[in-house]
Amino acid sequence: MLQPLNLNRIHRWGLQSPPASHRLLPCLIQPSMADPSEAKGEGSLRKAFGGVLGVFILLLIGTLAFSIRLFSVIKYESVIHEFDPYFNYRVTQFLTKNGIYDFWNWFDDRTWYPLGRVIGGTVYPGLTLTAGSIWWLLNNLNIPLSVETVCVFTAPIFSANAAWATYLLTKAPPSHQFEVKGTGAGLTAAALLAMVPSYISRSVAGSYDNEAVAIFALIFTFYLYIKTLNTGSLFYATLNALSYFYMVCSWGGYTFIINLIPMHVLLCIVTGRYSSRLYIAYAPLVVLGTLLASLVPVVGFNAVMTSEHFASFLVKCQEVFIILHVVALVYYIKGILSPKMFKVAMTLVVTIGIAVCSAVLAILIALVASSPTKGWSGRSLSLLDPTYASKYIPIIASVSEHQPPTWPSYFMDINVLAFLVPAGIVACFLPLSDASSFVILYIATSVYFSGVMVRLMLVLAPAACIMSGIALSEAFDAFTRSIKFQLPKLFEASPSDAGDTNRGTQDEPTKVDNNTPTEKTETTAKERPSEKHRKKEKKKLEKGKEIKEKGKENTDKVSNKPLNAKKLLVLPLEASAVAILLLLILGAFYVVHCVWAAAEAYSAPSIVLTSHSHDGLHVFDDFREAYAWLKHNTDVDDKVASWWDYGYQTTAMANRTVIVDNNTWNNTHIATVGTAMSSPEKPAWDIFNSLDVKYVLVVFGGLVGYSSDDINKFLWMVRIGGGVFPHIREPDYLRDGQYRIDAHATPTMLNCLMYKLSYYRFVETDGKGFDRVRGTEIGKKHFRLTHFEEVFTTHHWMVRIYKLKSPKNRIRGKSKKKTNPKTTSKINSNKNVKKNPWQ
Amino acid sequence: MAKSSSSDAQALIRSLRSAYAATPTNLKIIDLYVVYAITTAVIQIVYMGIVGSFPFNSFLSGILSCVGTAVLAVCLRIQVNKENKEFKDLSPERAFADFVLCNLVLHLVIMNFLG
Repeated sequence: MLQPLNLNRIHRWGLQSPPASHRLLPCLIQPSMADPSEAKGEGSLRKAFGGVLGVFILLLIGTLAFSIRLFSVIKYESVIHEFDPYFNYRVTQFLTKNGIYDFWNWFDDRTWYPLGRVIGGTVYPGLTLTAGSIWWLLNNLNIPLSVETVCVFTAPIFSANAAWATYLLTKAPPSHQFEVKGTGAGLTAAALLAMVPSYISRSVAGSYDNEAVAIFALIFTFYLYIKTLNTGSLFYATLNALSYFYMVCSWGGYTFIINLIPMHVLLCIVTGRYSSRLYIAYAPLVVLGTLLASLVPVVGFNAVMTSEHFASFLVKCQEVFIILHVVALVYYIKGILSPKMFKVAMTLVVTIGIAVCSAVLAILIALVASSPTKGWSGRSLSLLDPTYASKYIPIIASVSEHQPPTWPSYFMDINVLAFLVPAGIVACFLPLSDASSFVILYIATSVYFSGVMVRLMLVLAPAACIMSGIALSEAFDAFTRSIKFQLPKLFEASPSDAGDTNRGTQDEPTKVDNNTPTEKTETTAKERPSEKHRKKEKKKLEKGKEIKEKGKENTDKVSNKPLNAKKLLVLPLEASAVAILLLLILGAFYVVHCVWAAAEAYSAPSIVLTSHSHDGLHVFDDFREAYAWLKHNTDVDDKVASWWDYGYQTTAMANRTVIVDNNTWNNTHIATVGTAMSSPEKPAWDIFNSLDVKYVLVVFGGLVGYSSDDINKFLWMVRIGGGVFPHIREPDYLRDGQYRIDAHATPTMLNCLMYKLSYYRFVETDGKGFDRVRGTEIGKKHFRLTHFEEVFTTHHWMVRIYKLKSPKNRIRGKSKKKTNPKTTSKINSNKNVKKNPWQ
Repeated sequence: MAKSSSSDAQALIRSLRSAYAATPTNLKIIDLYVVYAITTAVIQIVYMGIVGSFPFNSFLSGILSCVGTAVLAVCLRIQVNKENKEFKDLSPERAFADFVLCNLVLHLVIMNFLG
């Protein structure tokens, strides 16, 4: 007999309240039908207008998301950034040139020489397939964009898609109850996500990396999951599984989804929110999702076997799967049995079930405990125990993205949202629905994981935007409602608007009246403003009607209270206006910060560097200069050795075979290169010769002050090399616990290949050999290279390329070395140098 | 104690049987289909235990196709069951169409993964 939805609609439009009769209409009537007739036309017009406005706003949000990421294209050029995107670009080039079958079966022999790499089986194909199909589609429509252009702009396009997906996701949870709130929150969340710096950092134009499409897939999968949970439709469950498949294709972070969703299902079961919609949402996803995940070659049987998925499959996902079936069965039996019989059944089942479960659990624990790392891969272990990587796996520890974030990086990356998230969490609790609990779980887990690894701040961004969107929307709702409610009061002498009968009250003490205690006692328990609200309406209504309606209003208020509890809070006009102004200023700060971050902090392509000095802008294009030199001045089959950072760029731009690259899948191979860089010239020459290397590339920033050069990365070369070859000992290179290259450096350091290749002829630049990055003069200034010759140094000395000298035909008698291959190999084995196993 | 529990068990089984007999025929057909799918899965597991699990992808796809069709049939049953208040405005034709679509996707994937 009450229609809470009706009141919702009325108050939103600030219309007069309907005549009393309408309040008696059954609540099952759709809101639109319960509208008062005079406001019906207006209502549908407003609704249509709202819809059109919403679509227009969404289009604007998409454009905003796209254009804020274009700073690097404007400031530099349309070029691919960083290191990893070059590999993806190369793979996409191959795909567009050779077609999908060759791509699927591609064995790449130009990296990890002499091992090669099975590209088809070790790459996440989602990104390249997406860009490839966009390119193919555009070319078939006779829009001849180059592959590079498509690759550069894929990320902004998909960030616009991600913003729209966020709109859908935020709209979905509350839409079950309150449509209106959902749309506003959705638009706010979408606008926030379009600009949030942490997402911008991984998806600028030119950052052609997996996360560009993966975040969109993540949000879209979550949206479909919640939609299935809300509607219980198997169609959405199918779409959910397909979207999860796209996510698995795109990024290794899909394990987050397949661990979060079972957690949520478990939470729902444990809190007693089991429903058949939950079964439909989860069970098909498990089966279809596992199958689809196994289809992707990178994942393969890992979808079922390893413990990352153990947490998903055998321990978590399948366990939750089984639990879900058990719960479903219990509910079913409860439905068809009488209570007494049900009790009997329960006691029987529980005793048997406990015995069986403990047996199964024991077997599982034995199986899992028998493997050394309990089946978890190194990266996941480091997520759970942040100190694991630094103790055991130097390679994982060396990647800067795997370090825990600092506190300022939270503020840099999600800015204002950091304060709004707790408010959003509170808003999600009233009321708590399945979807709201899911979003709360999402943000809790993502906050934890982002605290472990800075790269995972990216996963936190959508959750933070959703929560902040809900919080902001709720806040704006409350304030504008207060203003809207009180504005007519300012223009009218006496408050004749009966619309306030069901809405908030004012704190004006002048209107206070002493009235019926019954209503007061009911309402005071719930919220304080409503008592004055009752008194107000007392004054307006006539006595006779009053008594009749008092009864109705009582019940009105009582049952509306849970739903309108929030809505009956009205704040003073001035406070609301000031609060809205402050919120707008907060939003302005957020926008300014995001634009600044996008323009200054995250738009550097890192393959081209700029610096501002008193005589204008300097552009350092040394990397591309070096790769172009390599491309034009070496043979196609020449092998180039460098530290693994530059592998992808070398194969993509210089088109030469490299020894190690950014994939870092073979630790021993990287350790070999690291050992070579840390050894004196002759052993290093031997190592490189055994790998058929012709050219060695080092990056040196001492002349211009570029601080990410190889000398700064040298400590990792020593550590990784020393981890595999024990003759490299880190203390040999340290003086007082520090790596030094000045006059106090250790002899080992001054003799190692990295030092020599970096500082060869460096003293010729300024006469003193002052290293701008380390801030000192170098230790050994005048020396000659015996086994390498310099072939190219770029304009700012940033990249230096050396060629291995071929061995002399005759060695004169001074050295004790014999040209006899047997003795040379003996000498080599004495030195523990890695021998070429193919000789 | 044992006697009472066994008599309790008998009463329980009887009441279960009588309650189950009251379900409509179409739901019983779906239940039969589910039982058939699960039996097929059990047979496959026994076979794997005898012969070994190579090739693993075929084994996985076989097992998961059985489990998958069983799960989808249960979902169909949930949606078609007239006693379920949440789905009273979902026509059985729509439920069946969704079921067919999901099965199509499932079997497409299975065919691909069978190897």
